[in-house]
Amino acid sequence: MRTGAHRNRATFWGGLALVAAALVVLPFAVTQIGTAWVRITNLALLYVMLALGLNIVVGFAGLLDLGYIAFYGVGAYTYALLASPQFGLHLPFWVILPIGAAIAALFGVLLGAPTLKLRGDYLAIVTLGFGEIVRIFLNNLAQPVNITNGPQGVYRIDPFRIDGLNFATNQKILGLEFSGPIKYYYLLIVFVAVIIGLNLRLQNSRIGRAWEAIREDEIAARAMGINTTNLKLLAYAMGATFGGLAGGVFAAIQEFISPESFVLVESILVVSMVVLGGMGNIWGVVLGAVLLSFVPEILRFSVAPVQQALFGRMLIEPEVIRMLLFGFAMVLVMLFRPAGLLPSAVRKRELTERT
Amino acid sequence: MDIFLQQVVNGLTLGAVYAIVALGYTMVYGIIQLINFAHGEVVMIGAMVALSVINLLADAGLPPLVVVLTGAACAIPVCMVVAYAMERLAYRPLRRAPRLAPLITAIGVSIILQHLAMLVWSRNVLAFPQIIDMRIYTVAGAVITNVQIAILVSCVALMAALAWLVYRTRLGTAMRATAQNPQVAGLMGIDANRVIATTFIIGAALAAIAGVMVGTYYGVAQYTMGSILGLKAFSAAVLGGIGNIPGAMLGGVLLGVVEALGAGYIGYLTDLCSYPVISGWIGARCASGGHFVLFGSNYQDVFAFAVLILVLVLRPSGLLGERVGDRA
Repeated sequence: MRTGAHRNRATFWGGLALVAAALVVLPFAVTQIGTAWVRITNLALLYVMLALGLNIVVGFAGLLDLGYIAFYGVGAYTYALLASPQFGLHLPFWVILPIGAAIAALFGVLLGAPTLKLRGDYLAIVTLGFGEIVRIFLNNLAQPVNITNGPQGVYRIDPFRIDGLNFATNQKILGLEFSGPIKYYYLLIVFVAVIIGLNLRLQNSRIGRAWEAIREDEIAARAMGINTTNLKLLAYAMGATFGGLAGGVFAAIQEFISPESFVLVESILVVSMVVLGGMGNIWGVVLGAVLLSFVPEILRFSVAPVQQALFGRMLIEPEVIRMLLFGFAMVLVMLFRPAGLLPSAVRKRELTERT
Repeated sequence: MDIFLQQVVNGLTLGAVYAIVALGYTMVYGIIQLINFAHGEVVMIGAMVALSVINLLADAGLPPLVVVLTGAACAIPVCMVVAYAMERLAYRPLRRAPRLAPLITAIGVSIILQHLAMLVWSRNVLAFPQIIDMRIYTVAGAVITNVQIAILVSCVALMAALAWLVYRTRLGTAMRATAQNPQVAGLMGIDANRVIATTFIIGAALAAIAGVMVGTYYGVAQYTMGSILGLKAFSAAVLGGIGNIPGAMLGGVLLGVVEALGAGYIGYLTDLCSYPVISGWIGARCASGGHFVLFGSNYQDVFAFAVLILVLVLRPSGLLGERVGDRA
């Protein structure tokens, strides 16, 4: 028995080392296909962060949030306003990212406090309304005092900088050429790893089990002495924190943000990632986010030339295919595999159970 | 005062359309407790089909009213088919699944419909053909157009017809019975699935007509027009008490008026220069007759959501809804 456990542990660490090695080499391998793919990978990692954050709310606590992108927006705008010529402020990123995450968490509590009494489907609609309100404000807070610069957005946002390490430029480190996106990639990988670690610990903690109890049966959970209101608020705040963090990184990578990036469709996109991968399963959610980030891009690069060759013009724009993919992912997963591609054990039981 | 009356007229027109769409939400919710997220897209498809038909017939030399009515007559069956397919393929298999499941498929269906519509009608804002000659009447200082009158009259007629259908016919009785208790209704010989499908189809017919009205009223149509409209109509349904048919009518009209009045007055109310205490503090900008408007009418869309959130927080059962423990 002992040797078996030992061997299991060995395979685990060996596997982890392999995955880590693959992730380290990945950006250089991807660069061979095209430098654009590093950026695409970075965006995918941002979506992984978002999906993991939303998974806390939707997967762990069972609260459908359709306005999640608002927190991403809050984080992004916090970063943009504190590190751009908009107000002439240029704070370093390690100061702003926590501020952005904290403000996003505050918004999470603001949204959660009045709405958590509501039952699931109502909550979904209210969060959707909240997300739209945030977007409308971002769009209009250029008058009478210019705060967000309205639909034009905020530009010339500072990239991340640590002493001599500038994430916006190419640099030679140890004889290797590191482009800006590659540096962001490593930073994002670290963020994602930390968030995954936090999530794994969270899931099996007292809090995680309490969330699960609330998701399964709120009344029973309350009867067991769980403070459901506070825990639901905590789920909101935590999900929002990760969203805000991702938003800050997004603003730095893009160096430009506008309300266009924080529309309802983006919220739905993150939801579909969580749903496709498997609500409540951390690895499933990661898979869902990676799939739904990369497949549309691959389609973008393959479908367009094929259509050009076959019909001589574009019949279906890649963007439409992307959206149809999200739509069908949500419908088909719910119909045929309601617990997602990689279901979490508990969730699977819950979603396939007929009431 | 002129603005007030004018905004009430505009609000009533818009509110009547919201009410028609809200009925679709509330009937479906009343029967199967599903928020049919894709209902707004049905409105959009109705508007788009009518737009195409009206464009086709524009040069045929028919009287404008006939053309518009033909457009509506073509939109209705298309929307009915869409709604039936949606119910059959995406909702019925999940009838007994946990609540979140059909809501997620509904969102998926909404995205699919939106982008299929985009493939057919392009992503541009399309001009909805304005073939009816606009006539303007002035009543007590407020302007009302013949289109507005037509919308108001047909909405009232539709609501009356629906009320008759639900409260006076066999089908309506079956619908209400299924809403109260599907199992017992089944024991009484009611085919619940058929009643549910019929409910979707009736809602879709109303949505199609609403789509034509919205297109005619605003003069534009786009593949995204359904989502915000649907959301507002849903807010209206919640305001009136979801699942409650008179509630949806009341909620729609109220929401329309609140929105119109809000948009009309928010600029004035949040203009800091209209408050003497603050205007001195702002100084030159106010002194020169300028304004310092915190929130202008571009915040119009916020009202519906604010109403929705307030209602859900303060009185989740809505204005006319009964207090039911499980609801909200």
